[in-house]
Amino acid sequence: MRATNRSHIKIHKKFDLKNFIYSFVIGLVLTAFIIVTLYPILNTLAVSFNDALDALRGGIYLWPRKWSLNNYYTVLHKESMMTGLSISVLRTVVGTILQLFVTALIAFVLSRKKFVFAKPISILYVLTMYVNGGLIPTFLLFKSLGFMNSFWVYVIPGMVSAFNMLVIRTYMNGLPDSLEESAMMDGAGYFKVFTRIIVPLCKPVFATIALFIAVGQWNSWFDTMLYNRMADSLTTLQYELMKLLSSVSQLSGDANTAALTGSSSQVTTKSVRAAATILTSLPIVVLYPFLQRYFVTGLTIGGVKE
Amino acid sequence: MAGIKRVKAERVKDVKVKITLKEIIKQKELIVLSLPFVLYVILFNYVPLAGWIMAFQQYKPKDGFWGSKFVGMDKFKFLFVNNADFIRVIRNTLAMGIINLVLSFVFAIGFALILNEVVHKGPKKLVQTVSYLPHFLSWIIVCGILQDVLSIDGGIINEILVKLHILDAPVNFFAFKGLFWWIVGFAHVWKETGWNSIIYLAAITAINPDLYEAASIDGAGRLRKMWNITLPGIKPTIFILLLMNIGNVLNSGFEIQYLLTNGLVQSVSQTIDIYVLKYGISQMDYSLGTAAGIFKSVVSIILIFLANSAAKRAGEERLF
Repeated sequence: MRATNRSHIKIHKKFDLKNFIYSFVIGLVLTAFIIVTLYPILNTLAVSFNDALDALRGGIYLWPRKWSLNNYYTVLHKESMMTGLSISVLRTVVGTILQLFVTALIAFVLSRKKFVFAKPISILYVLTMYVNGGLIPTFLLFKSLGFMNSFWVYVIPGMVSAFNMLVIRTYMNGLPDSLEESAMMDGAGYFKVFTRIIVPLCKPVFATIALFIAVGQWNSWFDTMLYNRMADSLTTLQYELMKLLSSVSQLSGDANTAALTGSSSQVTTKSVRAAATILTSLPIVVLYPFLQRYFVTGLTIGGVKE
Repeated sequence: MAGIKRVKAERVKDVKVKITLKEIIKQKELIVLSLPFVLYVILFNYVPLAGWIMAFQQYKPKDGFWGSKFVGMDKFKFLFVNNADFIRVIRNTLAMGIINLVLSFVFAIGFALILNEVVHKGPKKLVQTVSYLPHFLSWIIVCGILQDVLSIDGGIINEILVKLHILDAPVNFFAFKGLFWWIVGFAHVWKETGWNSIIYLAAITAINPDLYEAASIDGAGRLRKMWNITLPGIKPTIFILLLMNIGNVLNSGFEIQYLLTNGLVQSVSQTIDIYVLKYGISQMDYSLGTAAGIFKSVVSIILIFLANSAAKRAGEERLF
């Protein structure tokens, strides 16, 4: 007995130093993690505010050496960028409202426990998460539906995502049935139950899904490339940024040949891209800390609260 | 994620209502409301499946589905018989899918375990907030950042490696075939580690705190508790996410590979999705593109079933 006791005390004495080293190592790892995550973003910010030709000398890390707003001036005076900005804002607003409304409505219908076709229709939607026609058949379908060179390709095809629908439906299933029943007794129809009772109660889950949809809309570029490449008036911010990106990669390795765009101000593709990157990620970076909790609830709703 | 939700959603108690004419009349409002959605999903998700028929035709837009000539398995034969190009594409897709899968799991689980060891709420919250941020940036932005960081002139990685005398002179990382898969893998790690860890952190909070207390009394240190309590505690979550992601191994390759590729690394960067885009859209060989797409879908579904039955045999969590 005594022997085990002594060894126990020994462990306890050692424990403090061990504990300190342990916490120190963890702090070190997490600090490194933060630096690796934030440095590239802060560096882009510094380059975007630095004079373009000066930036070619290198050595810009976290703070601009020679302040300049020329990069932003060039971006904001580029017609394609401004078109891209307005289309991106438009598709985000229209797409989010439309998709949220439609997804919520189908989730509502399928969450009615008495509805006889709830199960087959649910299965029809769930299957789409596993099987799809693929790029080419979808492309040809959209083409025949007249989605080429059209704004609607941004908002119509992705209108109902099965995943979002299931998240909302799970939430709605958790609401008490008595609410619906008492409203029905007062003579309300299903649509009225939806708009007057269910929608106000679902605000948290709607906020989450709306944010997912909005980020998706804001960040997407592939549909622009595939369907609206020829329509300059329908370009998006991300697609314009992508064009800048590929023009840089063609020139990479030789910064001195960087294209000089703009007439009066001297800017390089790299610094214009830095400014465009900051402008494009600005809405997300600014809004994100406030909206973060919704994102996280969205992931955990119905997910792991077994 | 999706799978967990689905499994839960299906568990909601069924209220058995028989389909009778009377019931249908009573529910006409719900039926009318749902009708547009049924038509919508059929048009946008199931009609394209009918397009798979193109894979067995020499599809020409002017002849349409009905007029195009049937060629049987010719397109598939073209893909698999003596076509080193397509075999390489499959290899690339698989390799990058597996590298991404392994790296993202190891890093997300590791990050969650480490973060869980932080006792103070403030710093923990700060690290978490920072860690989710890259998830919301588009791949375009991430690839731009990646090009800057790895750039041959003034990229921070080159500068550090030269200062540490690991390299004599800056190198162009994008020119090495051996590095491309790893660049893609670690780009995923940078973008998604924080986000992927959310689900593990949530699972950790569900572990019974008594277990930790009992272990402390038995003299277990923090590392030991992490290894013997926390990790086994989140094992079911790890398994189910692994299952869901195995089906996605072939789906992991489009945006970043498309954006980062260049002539020097093309033989290792091309994935099935890029192949479909190249032949199907750019060269307008719709039939060949469809055939490659079908191959991908079928393999993905087989992978899901294999993973699921393997899990069933091992007595672990499973999807269905």
